[in-house]
Parts: sequence; structure tokens; C-alpha cells
Amino acid sequence: MTEQPWHLRESFTFDRNVIAEIRRAANTGIYRIRGWGAKRELPTFDDLVFLGASMSRYPLEGYREACGTDVVIGAERAERPVKLDIPITIAGMSFGSLSAQAKEALGRGANSAGTSTTTGDGGMTPEERGHSKTLVYQYLPSRYGMNPDDLRKADAIEVVVGQGAKPGGGGMLMGQKINERVAEMRTLPEGIDQRSACRHPDWTGPDDLEIKIIELREIVDWQVPIYIKVGAARPYYDTALAVKAGADAVVVDGMQGGTAATQDVFIEHVGIPTIAAIPEAVRALKELGAHRRVKLIAAGGIRSGADVAKALALGADAVSIGTAALIAIGDNDPTYEEEYRALGSSAGFWDDFQAGNDPAGITTQDPALAGRLDPVIGGRRLANYLQVLTLEVQTLARANGKSHVSNLEPEDLAALTVEAAAMARVPLAGTTWIPGQDG
Amino acid sequence: MSKTKAAKPPPLPGPVSHTFDLSETTLREMNHALHQAESGTFAVVNPRGAHAVAAGIFTDIDVVVNGSVGYYCAGMHQHGRVRVEGNASTGLAENIMSGEVRISGNATMSAGATGCGGLVVVEGNAGARCGISMKGVDIVVGGNVGHMSAFMAQAGNLVVLGDADHDLGDSIYEAELFVRGTVASLGSDCVEKPIEAEHRDVLERLLTAAGLGGRPEQFRRFGSARTLYNFAVDDIDAEVAGTSRNRSKNTKTKKKASAKQRGQSATKKRTTKKQSSQESSSKKSTTEKRSTKQPKNTKKGAKQ
Repeated sequence: MTEQPWHLRESFTFDRNVIAEIRRAANTGIYRIRGWGAKRELPTFDDLVFLGASMSRYPLEGYREACGTDVVIGAERAERPVKLDIPITIAGMSFGSLSAQAKEALGRGANSAGTSTTTGDGGMTPEERGHSKTLVYQYLPSRYGMNPDDLRKADAIEVVVGQGAKPGGGGMLMGQKINERVAEMRTLPEGIDQRSACRHPDWTGPDDLEIKIIELREIVDWQVPIYIKVGAARPYYDTALAVKAGADAVVVDGMQGGTAATQDVFIEHVGIPTIAAIPEAVRALKELGAHRRVKLIAAGGIRSGADVAKALALGADAVSIGTAALIAIGDNDPTYEEEYRALGSSAGFWDDFQAGNDPAGITTQDPALAGRLDPVIGGRRLANYLQVLTLEVQTLARANGKSHVSNLEPEDLAALTVEAAAMARVPLAGTTWIPGQDG
Repeated sequence: MSKTKAAKPPPLPGPVSHTFDLSETTLREMNHALHQAESGTFAVVNPRGAHAVAAGIFTDIDVVVNGSVGYYCAGMHQHGRVRVEGNASTGLAENIMSGEVRISGNATMSAGATGCGGLVVVEGNAGARCGISMKGVDIVVGGNVGHMSAFMAQAGNLVVLGDADHDLGDSIYEAELFVRGTVASLGSDCVEKPIEAEHRDVLERLLTAAGLGGRPEQFRRFGSARTLYNFAVDDIDAEVAGTSRNRSKNTKTKKKASAKQRGQSATKKRTTKKQSSQESSSKKSTTEKRSTKQPKNTKKGAKQ
């Protein structure tokens, strides 16, 4: 940034971002649409710390003693429960928003790490089924590409009620990315600016959803688990109603969760942070006697093993990553800095996923750009990243004396800010004080 | 409501292979058995409003349900034929892919929702959102359809022998809607279109298949005005810059927004083959017009 003379005082209220947005809006007459997730400063897992071992807590030997990481989803109802080696899954991202190479890279990486990937709006491609050992099939309001043959091929079904980046909003896929294949899969004209439905077409409310879930189970002969995904809006009620509807797992996606294309105003101003959503979802599960029986998958802004461990300690059974997985396979790669600059951005800042001109070849349907991503190399990068996350979670779990990462608990945590203490329901560091609770 | 010719129940396609009595057999047992069957005719008695009856059939079998059913009867149906002698609740034949689902009575909400292929025949009335997000299915309704029918309908044909309630075809894509009776109002971006020979052929085929009477010339056709397909984006900066250049060059300027400024797609017109064909046929006539009620959002891109 160019150093400015001191008398040029920037307005806190009307800073350069705000001024640029007002000018853009005045020029175009349309809201800003972009990818990524919330970019504003939010309470995050960084506001929590683990306490580690002490006189009363014995650590496990970091390099010698076992620390389990596996998780099983749907054991109560499904004939074929999902068995994951690690508690980190790959979130739903569609073919269409991502290139076929990117989907393949995600599948390869997840396979190596022993975890699942997830389809997205637009259906299942043969490539992603072929490259994903464990594939979760999303059942979305648009039902684009929805096909019972694919439903039967899935290892789990995820009924998407909402998404962290846009609770209450439907998907978007801009015309540049609606090529012939994507259009055919979605039964839409090529090149339109596709705006998906935000409400399911054949059910309204949790009572209907309960029946819908029975239908889905009947169609797949009760073979696979059924998840319900909600954006973090009212996680206590949403989780309770998801349990009532018969879900095997509830995915709660915080407002840091990413998207391929949504209105900026939606991304930044709707939903609550992940750190605030997990405790509310856990409260609902515990009150219903369903905690650990119905699995909780937390998503939205997960970046590191520390984030994973903290989500588990707050009561989640697993986490889901999207943006971090894309970065791992090459999104915003500095190698393409010149091209990012030509697009008016820079590596690390680029979020125009909707534009279809991704220099890294990930969020595009342009064959030349998509060809830049080697899915084998991308898959290895993701596998390495997932391995690091897993090692980090195990390190933290052992330091807190846990022989399985699922044994992490809120008692292992302290909060560094009053806000985080209130949201996460753990004591402010150095005190026993949890805002809003007695004592 | 227009009077519809009462359809005679078609004869059973063959001897009944097995009868499922849902007062004695569980839904799960019955659906599983139907999924295992490769051929034959199956009867279901005492459905007692059960949900998901005959859901997920994917072989060439026939199922006759004697009585009314609950939600999602014949959901995600493929290949075979399901006939319900009674009424059906929400989501009859939702996401049907192929084959045929027929009901002698009325269907409540979202009949044929998101259907991708095959034929759904409702001999009575269908409730709200009939054919919502349909993706290629053909739906014939002997009576009336409720409000918001064919909402966001993408492909396929909805034929209504009776009347259509408010907001028919709101935000419709490339589906074709044919109504014999009155239309209370059209939804956003849905307009009346002329009926050409190809549409009469479609009507003839579907009316024959449904066996509910009606002649093609009795129907009006509705479809998409395609004004909501792309965002409408201004670009004053380019216009001003162009004007400035033109002052020096003394040439006319073209309005063009850069992707960066829009933060989204270009608005240039793109069409499918089907769409091109339809547009060329609509150009033949100057009678295409907005119908009985002006859609709520007539400004291009207003429904964003």
C-alpha cells in the first residue's frame, strides 16, 4: 500500500472497500456476485485455545501411543454406514462450479486420506463417482441432474436445506460456466445465468421432510445414511428438527462457508459464525439424547488441524472443508500471479469464482484453463494437506490426554475473548466465567 | 372447472403376480419386493394413505394401487407403470424419469415435481405447484391445476384440460404449458404463445395417451418470454469513456460492460437448439403477447 500523508485520513465508515463498492454499484446497477466465503473479521476458532495436560491431566506419548481418528455415520439405520478414517470430509461442490479435473483431484485426495467427497448442485458425474471411494450425493432444492440411478450409487445422501454462505438462498452459476455439458446435466439453456431454487419443490417444513427422508430411504432400500445440511442460522432449532426428521447426520455450515457464486451482501451479512453454531447444535442433540448417535458435521472456515480439533472439542463428530480443499489443490496459486493481476486481482485475493476464468483451472469450465490442473498432483496435494490436518488433530488430542479425537471436550478449551467465551460456551481464559451462565 | 371426459379404468395389463396388503405388509417389505421384481403386475390393497407407496420402481412392472395414497407415491419412478385408484397427496411421481403414473382422483401439491421424463396423468384436479421445476416430464391433468403450477418449469409439457390458478408458469424456462380453460394469471416471464403444428402434434399425442378427451384446437399455449435468463447489467463507465472517445473520433459508441465491472456474466443472448427453433416459430407470428394479467416483474432482470 502506498504510504499516504497523515492529513489524508481515511474514513472508518467509508473506507476504500466501501467507496469502491458504491462506485461499482452506481456503474452497473446490480449487486456484486462473487465466490469464496465471508471475508469480514469474525470470531473464529483462533479465539479458543487448548489447555493441554497438567498435574491433573496426563498426556499421551505423541509419537508412540495410538490416537484414533475414525468416524462412522449412519450405523443405526443404514445397511451400509459411512466409515471414514478421518473426521474431515470434503464439502459439496458441483461439477459446473468446478472443473472435472478439480472434482477428480478432490476425489483422489479424499480417497488417499480415507474420507468422503460430496457432489453439488447439478448432479453426479461418472468421473467423480469413479474417483471417489465414498461419495455423498447432495439432494438440493433445484434437483438439477437428480437421478435415482445416481442416488442408488451414492454412499450417503445429503438433503441440503441451506448453506453457510447463503442460508435462505439458492445456488448461482453464471452463464460463462453453463457450457453444453453443464446445461445438459441441468436441463437448462446454455449460457443463462442460472439461479437455483432456494426452497425444495415438494416439501415444506420438518414434518414433510420426515416423509421425504422415508421416501429416500425406501428408494435406496435403506442402504445408505441420510444427512441434512443447514446453514448456520438457527442451529438449535434446525438441529432439533433435523433429528426429528430422521437424519443420520446434521451438517451445520457456518457463515464462513464458501460458495462458487452468491451475492456479496448475502455472504457477508446472513448467518452466524461456525464457532457460535456448534454449541447450539450440540445443545439440541444433547437435549434429545442424540449427541454422538446422530452425527454432527461442522463446516465453515475450517483451515487447520487446530480448527478441526476445536470443532470436535465443542461437540462435532467431524468437519467438512471446501475453500481450504480448493486452496490445497491449487486455488489462488501464486504461480499465476500475473494472470490474477490481469484480472484486477492477486493470488490470495481472487474470488471471482463465478466468472469462469480461473487462472488455476479449478472454478472454470474453460477446457484450456481446466487443463492446467493435473488431477493426480492436485489429489496428492489434498491428501498431504488432509494428512497434516489429521496429524495436527492427533497432536492436540494426545496433548489433552485423549486416545481418540472424538474424546476431545469443551473442558479442554479456554476462550481468549469474552465474545468467544459466550459463543463457544467455554470459560474465558484464566477464569471460570462463561458469559450468560451462572457463576 | 371444465367438464372432463370420465376415463374408464384401463384393464389390468396381465394377471396379478402378487397382491400386497399394506394392513399386513410393511411399506419397506413391499417396496423392496417391487424393486426386486423384473416383470409382472402387482396389486396393492389397503394403502390407507401410506407415504412413498411404489417409490423408486426402476423395472418394467405394473402396479395398481386400490385406494388413496399419501406423499411421494411413485417417487422417482422409472420404466414401469403405476395406477392409483384414488387420490394422492403431495409429490405424486416426483422426479419421475420414465414410464407412466396415473391417478383416478385428485393429487394435492407438487404433482410431477422435477420430473425428467415419462407421463403423469391426473384424471381429477391437481393442487398447487403442479409440475414445479419439471425437467422433461409430460403431465396431463383432467381437471384444474392450483396456483404456481409449472413454477421454474425447465422442460416437458403440462396439459390442463380445466383451469389454471394464479401465477401459472412463474419464472418458466423451456417447458410448454397448454390450458383448455381459463388462466387466472400468468407468473413472471410467462407469456402466451401461438400454437404451431408441432405443438398440435404434441397435444394430440398427449391427449390420446391420457384418454381424457379434448382436442388440440381447444387449448392455448404458454411459455417463457426469456427475459429473466440473464442478469441485466448497466455499464455507465464504459458508455462515458466511449462518449469521450467518440468526441475525438466522431464515431458511435457501443455499450459494453466488462466482466470485472459486473462481477458476473455477460448478458449476451445464448440459446439452445430447441430455443432457437421456438424463437424462429414465434417470430412467424405477431400475436405473441402477455396474457390475462401483466406479470409482476416486467422490467428485464427485475426478478433477481
